[in-house]
Amino acid sequence: MGVVSAPADGFALADRVCSAASRNAQPALDIDPFSIEYFEDPYPAQELVRESGSAVWLPRYSVWAVGRYEHVHTILNDWQTFCSSRGVGLSDFAQEKPWRPPSLVLETDPPEHDRARAVLARVLSPVVMKSLRTQFASAAERLVERLLDLRGFDAIADLAQAFPLSVFPDAVGMRADGREHLLPYASVVFNAFGPDNELRRQAIARSAPHVAWVAEQCRKENLAPVGLGAQIHAAADAGEISRPEAETLVRSLLSAGLDTTVNGIGAALYCLARFPRAWELLRANPMLARAAFEEAIRFESPVQTFFRTTTRVVTIGDIEIGEGQKVLMFLGAANRDPRRWPNPHVYDITRVTSGHVGFGSGVHMCVGQLLARLEAEVLLAALAQRIKSISIIGMPKRAFNNTLRGLDALPVMIDPA
Amino acid sequence: MPKITYIVASGATTEIDVASGTSVMRAALQTGVPGILAECGGNTMCATCHVYVEESQLSLLSTMTAEEDALLDGVAADRRPNSRLSCQINMSPVLDGLRVYLPERQT
Repeated sequence: MGVVSAPADGFALADRVCSAASRNAQPALDIDPFSIEYFEDPYPAQELVRESGSAVWLPRYSVWAVGRYEHVHTILNDWQTFCSSRGVGLSDFAQEKPWRPPSLVLETDPPEHDRARAVLARVLSPVVMKSLRTQFASAAERLVERLLDLRGFDAIADLAQAFPLSVFPDAVGMRADGREHLLPYASVVFNAFGPDNELRRQAIARSAPHVAWVAEQCRKENLAPVGLGAQIHAAADAGEISRPEAETLVRSLLSAGLDTTVNGIGAALYCLARFPRAWELLRANPMLARAAFEEAIRFESPVQTFFRTTTRVVTIGDIEIGEGQKVLMFLGAANRDPRRWPNPHVYDITRVTSGHVGFGSGVHMCVGQLLARLEAEVLLAALAQRIKSISIIGMPKRAFNNTLRGLDALPVMIDPA
Repeated sequence: MPKITYIVASGATTEIDVASGTSVMRAALQTGVPGILAECGGNTMCATCHVYVEESQLSLLSTMTAEEDALLDGVAADRRPNSRLSCQINMSPVLDGLRVYLPERQT
Protein backbone atom coordinates (compact mmCIF):
# COMPACT_ATOMS: atom_id res chain seq x y z
CA MET A 1 0.00 0.00 0.00
CA GLY A 2 2.49 2.62 1.12
CA VAL A 3 5.43 3.84 -0.90
CA VAL A 4 8.06 3.02 1.67
CA SER A 5 6.48 0.01 3.32
CA ALA A 6 7.84 -3.47 2.93
CA PRO A 7 6.86 -6.82 4.39
CA ALA A 8 8.68 -7.63 7.60
CA ASP A 9 11.04 -10.13 6.00
CA GLY A 10 13.48 -11.73 8.36
CA PHE A 11 10.77 -12.52 10.86
CA ALA A 12 9.45 -15.98 11.50
CA LEU A 13 6.30 -15.31 9.52
CA ALA A 14 5.48 -18.73 8.19
CA ASP A 15 4.22 -20.45 11.30
CA ARG A 16 2.29 -17.42 12.48
CA VAL A 17 0.48 -17.16 9.15
CA CYS A 18 -0.39 -20.87 9.31
CA SER A 19 -1.79 -20.57 12.81
CA ALA A 20 -3.93 -17.69 11.63
CA ALA A 21 -5.11 -19.54 8.55
CA SER A 22 -6.55 -22.26 10.72
CA ARG A 23 -8.82 -19.61 12.21
CA ASN A 24 -9.81 -18.03 8.92
CA ALA A 25 -13.27 -17.10 10.12
CA GLN A 26 -11.69 -14.26 12.02
CA PRO A 27 -11.43 -10.78 10.57
CA ALA A 28 -8.30 -9.89 8.62
CA LEU A 29 -7.39 -6.52 7.15
CA ASP A 30 -4.97 -5.68 4.38
CA ILE A 31 -3.78 -2.39 5.83
CA ASP A 32 -0.27 -1.11 6.45
CA PRO A 33 -0.27 1.11 9.55
CA PHE A 34 3.41 1.88 8.96
CA SER A 35 3.09 3.33 5.45
CA ILE A 36 3.30 6.95 4.34
CA GLU A 37 -0.19 6.64 2.85
CA TYR A 38 -1.53 5.59 6.26
CA PHE A 39 0.34 8.35 8.12
CA GLU A 40 -1.18 10.97 5.78
CA ASP A 41 -4.69 10.00 6.94
CA PRO A 42 -4.81 7.19 9.52
CA TYR A 43 -8.44 7.62 10.52
CA PRO A 44 -10.23 5.46 7.89
CA ALA A 45 -7.89 2.53 8.58
CA GLN A 46 -8.19 3.04 12.34
CA GLU A 47 -11.95 2.91 12.02
CA LEU A 48 -11.66 -0.33 10.03
CA VAL A 49 -9.51 -1.87 12.77
CA ARG A 50 -11.93 -0.71 15.46
CA GLU A 51 -15.11 -1.78 13.69
CA SER A 52 -13.96 -5.08 12.16
CA GLY A 53 -13.68 -6.90 15.47
CA SER A 54 -12.30 -6.94 18.98
CA ALA A 55 -9.02 -8.13 17.46
CA VAL A 56 -8.14 -8.16 13.77
CA TRP A 57 -5.44 -10.13 11.97
CA LEU A 58 -3.02 -8.07 9.86
CA PRO A 59 -1.57 -10.59 7.39
CA ARG A 60 1.01 -8.12 6.12
CA TYR A 61 2.88 -8.31 9.43
CA SER A 62 1.34 -11.44 10.94
CA VAL A 63 0.16 -9.58 14.01
CA TRP A 64 -3.13 -8.99 15.78
CA ALA A 65 -4.43 -5.43 15.85
CA VAL A 66 -6.66 -4.00 18.56
CA GLY A 67 -8.38 -0.63 18.24
CA ARG A 68 -11.30 -0.53 20.69
CA TYR A 69 -10.77 1.43 23.88
CA GLU A 70 -12.01 -1.32 26.17
CA HIS A 71 -9.59 -3.91 24.82
CA VAL A 72 -6.59 -1.62 24.45
CA HIS A 73 -7.10 -0.56 28.07
CA THR A 74 -7.42 -4.18 29.20
CA ILE A 75 -4.24 -5.21 27.37
CA LEU A 76 -2.27 -2.29 28.82
CA ASN A 77 -3.35 -3.32 32.31
CA ASP A 78 -2.58 -7.05 31.95
CA TRP A 79 1.20 -7.32 31.78
CA GLN A 80 1.04 -10.96 32.89
CA THR A 81 -0.69 -11.93 29.62
CA PHE A 82 0.60 -9.17 27.33
CA CYS A 83 4.28 -8.88 28.10
CA SER A 84 6.77 -6.16 27.18
CA SER A 85 9.96 -8.15 27.70
CA ARG A 86 9.74 -9.55 24.15
CA GLY A 87 9.82 -5.98 22.83
CA VAL A 88 7.13 -3.34 22.41
CA GLY A 89 7.80 -3.06 18.68
CA LEU A 90 7.16 -5.61 15.93
CA SER A 91 10.50 -7.30 16.50
CA ASP A 92 10.17 -10.29 18.87
CA PHE A 93 13.16 -10.32 21.23
CA ALA A 94 12.63 -14.04 21.71
CA GLN A 95 13.50 -14.53 18.04
CA GLU A 96 15.59 -11.52 17.06
CA LYS A 97 18.43 -9.58 18.64
CA PRO A 98 17.19 -6.09 19.63
CA TRP A 99 18.81 -3.21 17.73
CA ARG A 100 20.07 -1.78 21.06
CA PRO A 101 20.32 -3.19 24.60
CA PRO A 102 16.70 -3.29 25.85
CA SER A 103 15.29 -0.56 28.07
CA LEU A 104 15.11 -1.46 31.78
CA VAL A 105 11.57 -0.10 32.05
CA LEU A 106 9.87 -0.13 28.64
CA GLU A 107 11.07 -3.56 27.57
CA THR A 108 10.85 -5.52 30.85
CA ASP A 109 8.09 -7.06 32.96
CA PRO A 110 7.48 -6.96 36.71
CA PRO A 111 9.05 -7.73 39.10
CA GLU A 112 12.31 -6.82 37.32
CA HIS A 113 10.65 -3.76 35.79
CA ASP A 114 9.47 -2.32 39.10
CA ARG A 115 12.87 -1.67 40.66
CA ALA A 116 14.03 0.52 37.77
CA ARG A 117 10.63 2.11 37.38
CA ALA A 118 10.59 3.17 41.04
CA VAL A 119 13.79 5.17 40.49
CA LEU A 120 12.38 7.01 37.46
CA ALA A 121 9.02 7.60 39.18
CA ARG A 122 10.82 9.26 42.08
CA VAL A 123 13.00 11.39 39.81
CA LEU A 124 9.92 12.53 37.85
CA SER A 125 7.51 12.81 40.80
CA PRO A 126 5.02 15.59 41.60
CA VAL A 127 7.44 16.90 44.24
CA VAL A 128 10.21 17.32 41.65
CA MET A 129 7.77 18.94 39.21
CA LYS A 130 6.93 21.57 41.81
CA SER A 131 10.62 22.45 42.04
CA LEU A 132 10.86 22.91 38.24
CA ARG A 133 7.66 24.91 37.75
CA THR A 134 8.96 28.46 38.31
CA GLN A 135 11.94 28.16 36.01
CA PHE A 136 9.89 26.43 33.30
CA ALA A 137 7.21 29.15 33.48
CA SER A 138 9.83 31.91 33.14
CA ALA A 139 11.38 30.18 30.13
CA ALA A 140 7.94 29.92 28.53
CA GLU A 141 7.27 33.63 29.06
CA ARG A 142 10.65 34.56 27.54
CA LEU A 143 10.01 32.39 24.49
CA VAL A 144 6.52 33.82 23.90
CA GLU A 145 8.03 37.31 24.22
CA ARG A 146 10.52 36.54 21.42
CA LEU A 147 7.81 35.04 19.21
CA LEU A 148 5.68 38.17 19.62
CA ASP A 149 8.51 40.09 17.95
CA LEU A 150 8.59 37.63 15.06
CA ARG A 151 4.79 37.44 14.56
CA GLY A 152 5.21 34.80 11.82
CA PHE A 153 7.15 31.60 12.56
CA ASP A 154 7.16 27.81 12.41
CA ALA A 155 5.14 26.57 15.39
CA ILE A 156 7.05 23.28 15.34
CA ALA A 157 10.71 24.36 15.15
CA ASP A 158 10.34 27.72 16.85
CA LEU A 159 7.85 26.71 19.54
CA ALA A 160 7.07 22.98 19.96
CA GLN A 161 10.77 22.07 19.65
CA ALA A 162 12.31 25.27 20.94
CA PHE A 163 10.54 25.22 24.30
CA PRO A 164 11.35 21.66 25.44
CA LEU A 165 14.91 22.14 24.13
CA SER A 166 15.20 25.27 26.27
CA VAL A 167 14.20 23.52 29.52
CA PHE A 168 14.52 19.73 29.32
CA PRO A 169 18.25 19.22 28.62
CA ASP A 170 19.11 21.68 31.40
CA ALA A 171 16.71 20.00 33.82
CA VAL A 172 18.39 16.66 33.08
CA GLY A 173 21.79 18.32 33.49
CA MET A 174 23.14 17.61 30.03
CA ARG A 175 26.31 18.97 28.49
CA ALA A 176 25.88 22.06 26.34
CA ASP A 177 27.45 20.51 23.25
CA GLY A 178 25.83 17.86 21.07
CA ARG A 179 22.22 18.40 22.07
CA GLU A 180 21.34 18.38 18.36
CA HIS A 181 21.64 14.57 18.60
CA LEU A 182 18.61 14.30 20.90
CA LEU A 183 15.76 14.59 18.41
CA PRO A 184 17.41 12.38 15.75
CA TYR A 185 18.15 9.76 18.43
CA ALA A 186 14.54 9.71 19.61
CA SER A 187 13.41 9.46 15.99
CA VAL A 188 15.51 6.29 15.60
CA VAL A 189 14.11 4.78 18.80
CA PHE A 190 10.50 5.34 17.77
CA ASN A 191 11.04 4.27 14.15
CA ALA A 192 12.67 1.08 15.40
CA PHE A 193 9.41 -0.13 16.98
CA GLY A 194 8.00 -0.45 13.47
CA PRO A 195 8.56 -3.10 10.78
CA ASP A 196 11.70 -3.44 8.71
CA ASN A 197 10.60 -0.71 6.31
CA GLU A 198 12.48 2.18 4.71
CA LEU A 199 11.85 4.45 7.71
CA ARG A 200 13.33 1.93 10.15
CA ARG A 201 16.23 0.89 7.93
CA GLN A 202 17.31 4.45 7.22
CA ALA A 203 16.91 5.48 10.85
CA ILE A 204 19.09 2.65 12.11
CA ALA A 205 21.63 3.10 9.29
CA ARG A 206 22.16 6.71 10.38
CA SER A 207 21.98 6.07 14.10
CA ALA A 208 25.65 5.47 15.00
CA PRO A 209 26.70 9.05 15.86
CA HIS A 210 23.49 9.68 17.83
CA VAL A 211 23.80 6.41 19.75
CA ALA A 212 27.45 7.16 20.59
CA TRP A 213 26.68 10.67 21.82
CA VAL A 214 23.72 9.51 23.94
CA ALA A 215 25.81 6.72 25.53
CA GLU A 216 28.41 9.28 26.60
CA GLN A 217 25.77 11.70 27.87
CA CYS A 218 24.28 9.00 30.11
CA ARG A 219 27.51 8.65 32.12
CA LYS A 220 27.61 10.20 35.56
CA GLU A 221 30.68 12.33 34.82
CA ASN A 222 28.91 13.91 31.84
CA LEU A 223 25.86 14.99 33.83
CA ALA A 224 25.62 18.11 35.98
CA PRO A 225 25.92 17.43 39.74
CA VAL A 226 22.34 18.67 40.19
CA GLY A 227 19.54 17.55 37.91
CA LEU A 228 17.31 14.64 36.91
CA GLY A 229 20.27 12.69 35.51
CA ALA A 230 22.26 13.11 38.72
CA GLN A 231 19.25 11.93 40.74
CA ILE A 232 19.16 8.70 38.74
CA HIS A 233 22.86 8.19 39.40
CA ALA A 234 22.27 8.92 43.09
CA ALA A 235 20.19 5.73 43.14
CA ALA A 236 23.32 3.90 41.95
CA ASP A 237 25.43 5.65 44.60
CA ALA A 238 22.93 4.36 47.18
CA GLY A 239 23.21 0.83 45.81
CA GLU A 240 19.58 0.71 44.69
CA ILE A 241 20.63 0.05 41.08
CA SER A 242 23.99 -0.58 39.40
CA ARG A 243 25.98 2.09 37.57
CA PRO A 244 25.27 0.56 34.12
CA GLU A 245 21.59 0.41 35.05
CA ALA A 246 21.67 4.11 35.99
CA GLU A 247 23.16 4.88 32.58
CA THR A 248 20.46 2.86 30.82
CA LEU A 249 17.78 4.70 32.83
CA VAL A 250 19.24 8.07 31.86
CA ARG A 251 19.04 6.78 28.29
CA SER A 252 15.28 6.26 28.81
CA LEU A 253 14.99 9.89 29.82
CA LEU A 254 16.85 11.03 26.71
CA SER A 255 14.95 8.65 24.39
CA ALA A 256 11.46 9.32 25.61
CA GLY A 257 11.64 12.72 27.28
CA LEU A 258 11.99 15.13 24.41
CA ASP A 259 10.57 14.06 21.05
CA THR A 260 7.35 12.98 22.77
CA THR A 261 6.84 16.35 24.47
CA VAL A 262 7.69 18.10 21.20
CA ASN A 263 4.96 16.12 19.46
CA GLY A 264 2.54 16.60 22.36
CA ILE A 265 3.01 20.36 22.41
CA GLY A 266 2.93 20.42 18.60
CA ALA A 267 -0.38 18.54 18.72
CA ALA A 268 -1.85 21.07 21.14
CA LEU A 269 -0.72 24.01 18.97
CA TYR A 270 -2.08 22.37 15.82
CA CYS A 271 -5.42 21.75 17.57
CA LEU A 272 -5.69 25.26 19.02
CA ALA A 273 -4.90 26.78 15.62
CA ARG A 274 -7.59 24.66 13.93
CA PHE A 275 -10.31 24.96 16.59
CA PRO A 276 -10.81 28.69 17.26
CA ARG A 277 -13.55 28.06 19.84
CA ALA A 278 -11.13 26.04 21.95
CA TRP A 279 -8.57 28.84 21.62
CA GLU A 280 -11.15 31.40 22.76
CA LEU A 281 -12.03 29.27 25.80
CA LEU A 282 -8.36 28.98 26.68
CA ARG A 283 -7.79 32.71 26.27
CA ALA A 284 -10.75 33.45 28.53
CA ASN A 285 -9.42 31.02 31.14
CA PRO A 286 -5.70 30.17 30.93
CA MET A 287 -6.30 27.69 33.79
CA LEU A 288 -7.57 25.41 31.00
CA ALA A 289 -4.02 25.05 29.64
CA ARG A 290 -3.56 21.62 31.15
CA ALA A 291 -6.95 20.45 29.88
CA ALA A 292 -6.14 21.79 26.41
CA PHE A 293 -2.95 19.72 26.38
CA GLU A 294 -4.58 16.58 27.74
CA GLU A 295 -7.34 16.73 25.12
CA ALA A 296 -4.72 17.22 22.40
CA ILE A 297 -3.00 14.03 23.59
CA ARG A 298 -6.31 12.19 23.32
CA PHE A 299 -7.20 13.78 19.99
CA GLU A 300 -3.84 13.39 18.20
CA SER A 301 -2.25 10.55 20.20
CA PRO A 302 1.37 11.57 19.50
CA VAL A 303 2.43 8.02 20.44
CA GLN A 304 0.21 6.09 18.06
CA THR A 305 1.00 2.45 18.68
CA PHE A 306 2.84 -0.06 20.82
CA PHE A 307 3.07 -3.85 20.65
CA ARG A 308 2.81 -6.49 23.34
CA THR A 309 3.51 -10.24 23.05
CA THR A 310 1.08 -12.83 24.45
CA THR A 311 2.41 -15.15 27.14
CA ARG A 312 -0.51 -17.60 26.85
CA VAL A 313 -3.61 -18.32 24.80
CA VAL A 314 -6.02 -15.48 25.51
CA THR A 315 -9.40 -14.24 24.35
CA ILE A 316 -9.84 -10.60 23.38
CA GLY A 317 -13.56 -9.94 23.16
CA ASP A 318 -14.68 -12.94 21.09
CA ILE A 319 -11.35 -13.58 19.35
CA GLU A 320 -8.93 -16.22 20.56
CA ILE A 321 -5.24 -15.40 20.22
CA GLY A 322 -2.41 -17.91 20.58
CA GLU A 323 0.66 -17.75 22.80
CA GLY A 324 3.71 -15.84 21.51
CA GLN A 325 1.70 -13.57 19.22
CA LYS A 326 2.48 -9.91 18.67
CA VAL A 327 -0.51 -7.66 19.43
CA LEU A 328 -0.49 -4.14 18.00
CA MET A 329 -2.41 -1.66 20.14
CA PHE A 330 -3.80 1.35 18.27
CA LEU A 331 -3.74 3.97 21.03
CA GLY A 332 -4.98 6.61 18.58
CA ALA A 333 -7.96 4.46 17.56
CA ALA A 334 -8.83 3.74 21.21
CA ASN A 335 -8.68 7.45 22.01
CA ARG A 336 -11.29 8.07 19.31
CA ASP A 337 -13.49 5.06 20.00
CA PRO A 338 -17.09 6.32 19.93
CA ARG A 339 -18.00 3.57 22.44
CA ARG A 340 -15.94 5.48 25.01
CA TRP A 341 -15.79 9.10 23.81
CA PRO A 342 -18.78 11.22 22.79
CA ASN A 343 -18.01 13.16 19.58
CA PRO A 344 -14.53 11.60 19.46
CA HIS A 345 -13.40 13.55 16.39
CA VAL A 346 -13.98 16.92 18.05
CA TYR A 347 -11.22 18.69 19.99
CA ASP A 348 -13.07 19.80 23.14
CA ILE A 349 -10.97 21.20 25.98
CA THR A 350 -13.88 20.98 28.43
CA ARG A 351 -14.05 17.19 28.01
CA VAL A 352 -13.29 14.84 30.93
CA THR A 353 -10.22 13.17 29.41
CA SER A 354 -9.19 11.04 32.38
CA GLY A 355 -8.68 7.48 31.19
CA HIS A 356 -7.37 8.25 27.70
CA VAL A 357 -4.53 5.97 26.67
CA GLY A 358 -2.32 8.58 25.00
CA PHE A 359 0.22 8.04 27.80
CA GLY A 360 -0.62 4.35 27.97
CA SER A 361 -2.01 2.80 31.16
CA GLY A 362 -0.93 0.27 33.75
CA VAL A 363 2.60 -0.48 34.92
CA HIS A 364 4.25 0.93 31.78
CA MET A 365 2.24 4.15 31.64
CA CYS A 366 4.46 7.06 30.61
CA VAL A 367 6.66 7.82 33.61
CA GLY A 368 7.38 11.32 32.26
CA GLN A 369 3.74 12.35 31.90
CA LEU A 370 4.00 14.93 34.69
CA LEU A 371 6.97 16.57 33.02
CA ALA A 372 5.11 16.66 29.69
CA ARG A 373 2.08 18.25 31.36
CA LEU A 374 4.18 20.80 33.19
CA GLU A 375 5.99 21.90 30.02
CA ALA A 376 2.77 22.12 28.03
CA GLU A 377 0.81 23.86 30.76
CA VAL A 378 3.23 26.71 31.34
CA LEU A 379 3.74 27.22 27.61
CA LEU A 380 0.04 27.18 26.64
CA ALA A 381 -0.81 29.44 29.60
CA ALA A 382 1.86 31.95 28.52
CA LEU A 383 0.50 31.91 24.96
CA ALA A 384 -3.09 32.34 26.15
CA GLN A 385 -2.11 35.35 28.25
CA ARG A 386 -0.10 37.18 25.60
CA ILE A 387 -1.65 36.24 22.25
CA LYS A 388 -5.01 37.14 20.77
CA SER A 389 -5.05 34.75 17.84
CA ILE A 390 -2.99 32.06 16.19
CA SER A 391 -3.58 31.33 12.50
CA ILE A 392 -2.12 28.77 10.13
CA ILE A 393 -0.57 30.65 7.17
CA GLY A 394 0.92 27.80 5.11
CA MET A 395 0.60 24.07 4.47
CA PRO A 396 1.43 22.03 7.59
CA LYS A 397 4.07 19.41 6.78
CA ARG A 398 3.64 16.00 8.37
CA ALA A 399 6.56 14.17 9.96
CA PHE A 400 6.73 10.44 9.23
CA ASN A 401 7.69 8.02 11.95
CA ASN A 402 6.68 4.41 12.65
CA THR A 403 5.35 5.29 16.11
CA LEU A 404 5.09 9.04 16.55
CA ARG A 405 2.44 11.26 14.98
CA GLY A 406 3.29 14.91 14.55
CA LEU A 407 4.29 17.68 12.20
CA ASP A 408 7.61 18.74 10.70
CA ALA A 409 6.41 22.28 10.05
CA LEU A 410 3.38 24.41 10.96
CA PRO A 411 3.66 27.97 9.61
CA VAL A 412 1.63 30.31 11.81
CA MET A 413 1.01 34.00 12.44
CA ILE A 414 0.17 35.33 15.90
CA ASP A 415 -1.43 38.60 16.98
CA PRO A 416 -0.63 40.11 20.36
CA ALA A 417 -3.44 40.38 22.88
CA MET B 1 -24.90 0.43 47.57
CA PRO B 2 -22.53 2.40 49.80
CA LYS B 3 -22.93 6.18 49.77
CA ILE B 4 -20.21 8.83 49.38
CA THR B 5 -20.62 12.52 50.12
CA TYR B 6 -18.29 14.90 48.31
CA ILE B 7 -17.90 18.37 49.79
CA VAL B 8 -16.31 20.93 47.45
CA ALA B 9 -14.19 23.81 48.75
CA SER B 10 -17.16 26.21 48.61
CA GLY B 11 -19.12 23.86 50.88
CA ALA B 12 -21.57 22.44 48.33
CA THR B 13 -22.20 18.74 48.81
CA THR B 14 -23.01 15.91 46.42
CA GLU B 15 -24.18 12.55 47.73
CA ILE B 16 -24.03 9.50 45.47
CA ASP B 17 -24.57 5.77 45.68
CA VAL B 18 -21.62 3.81 44.39
CA ALA B 19 -21.20 0.16 43.50
CA SER B 20 -18.76 -1.65 45.80
CA GLY B 21 -15.31 -1.88 44.21
CA THR B 22 -15.60 1.50 42.49
CA SER B 23 -12.98 4.01 43.58
CA VAL B 24 -13.91 7.35 45.11
CA MET B 25 -12.05 8.96 42.15
CA ARG B 26 -13.93 7.06 39.45
CA ALA B 27 -17.31 7.61 41.10
CA ALA B 28 -16.67 11.37 41.08
CA LEU B 29 -15.70 11.42 37.40
CA GLN B 30 -18.64 9.22 36.40
CA THR B 31 -21.16 11.49 38.08
CA GLY B 32 -19.53 14.79 37.15
CA VAL B 33 -18.50 15.86 40.67
CA PRO B 34 -16.05 18.69 40.04
CA GLY B 35 -12.68 19.05 41.74
CA ILE B 36 -11.07 15.71 40.93
CA LEU B 37 -8.88 15.60 37.82
CA ALA B 38 -7.29 12.13 37.91
CA GLU B 39 -4.95 12.99 35.07
CA CYS B 40 -3.27 9.58 35.14
CA GLY B 41 -6.59 7.72 35.07
CA GLY B 42 -6.07 5.89 38.35
CA ASN B 43 -2.54 4.58 37.85
CA THR B 44 -1.16 6.13 41.09
CA MET B 45 1.10 8.51 39.21
CA CYS B 46 -0.19 12.07 39.22
CA ALA B 47 -1.58 13.14 42.63
CA THR B 48 -4.49 15.05 41.00
CA CYS B 49 -7.30 13.12 42.73
CA HIS B 50 -6.38 14.39 46.19
CA VAL B 51 -9.12 14.45 48.86
CA TYR B 52 -9.34 15.13 52.59
CA VAL B 53 -11.15 12.28 54.31
CA GLU B 54 -13.50 12.97 57.24
CA GLU B 55 -11.13 12.47 60.17
CA SER B 56 -13.39 10.16 62.14
CA GLN B 57 -13.52 7.81 59.13
CA LEU B 58 -9.79 7.68 58.37
CA SER B 59 -9.30 4.47 60.32
CA LEU B 60 -11.83 2.68 58.08
CA LEU B 61 -9.56 3.03 55.07
CA SER B 62 -6.87 0.58 54.10
CA THR B 63 -3.37 1.82 54.95
CA MET B 64 -1.66 3.79 52.24
CA THR B 65 1.15 2.36 50.13
CA ALA B 66 4.60 3.95 50.05
CA GLU B 67 3.76 5.04 46.48
CA GLU B 68 0.66 6.94 47.57
CA ASP B 69 2.53 8.46 50.52
CA ALA B 70 5.27 9.81 48.21
CA LEU B 71 2.73 11.21 45.74
CA LEU B 72 0.84 12.99 48.52
CA ASP B 73 4.02 14.98 49.22
CA GLY B 74 3.55 16.53 45.77
CA VAL B 75 -0.14 17.50 45.88
CA ALA B 76 -0.94 21.06 44.80
CA ALA B 77 -3.01 21.96 47.89
CA ASP B 78 -1.73 21.48 51.46
CA ARG B 79 -1.07 17.93 52.52
CA ARG B 80 -2.83 17.23 55.80
CA PRO B 81 -2.96 14.16 58.04
CA ASN B 82 -6.28 13.18 56.41
CA SER B 83 -5.02 13.58 52.82
CA ARG B 84 -5.54 10.58 50.54
CA LEU B 85 -5.59 9.89 46.82
CA SER B 86 -9.18 9.04 45.91
CA CYS B 87 -8.08 6.53 43.24
CA GLN B 88 -6.77 4.39 46.10
CA ILE B 89 -10.03 4.29 48.06
CA ASN B 90 -12.29 1.53 46.79
CA MET B 91 -15.84 1.64 48.09
CA SER B 92 -17.17 -1.22 50.18
CA PRO B 93 -20.10 -1.63 52.62
CA VAL B 94 -17.83 -0.69 55.53
CA LEU B 95 -17.22 2.71 53.90
CA ASP B 96 -20.95 3.46 53.56
CA GLY B 97 -21.47 7.14 54.41
CA LEU B 98 -17.87 8.18 53.60
CA ARG B 99 -17.37 11.96 53.52
CA VAL B 100 -14.53 13.45 51.47
CA TYR B 101 -13.58 17.13 51.20
CA LEU B 102 -12.13 18.36 47.90
CA PRO B 103 -9.11 20.66 47.97
CA GLU B 104 -9.18 24.04 46.24
CA ARG B 105 -6.76 22.89 43.58
CA GLN B 106 -5.33 19.72 42.10
CA THR B 107 -2.55 21.21 39.92
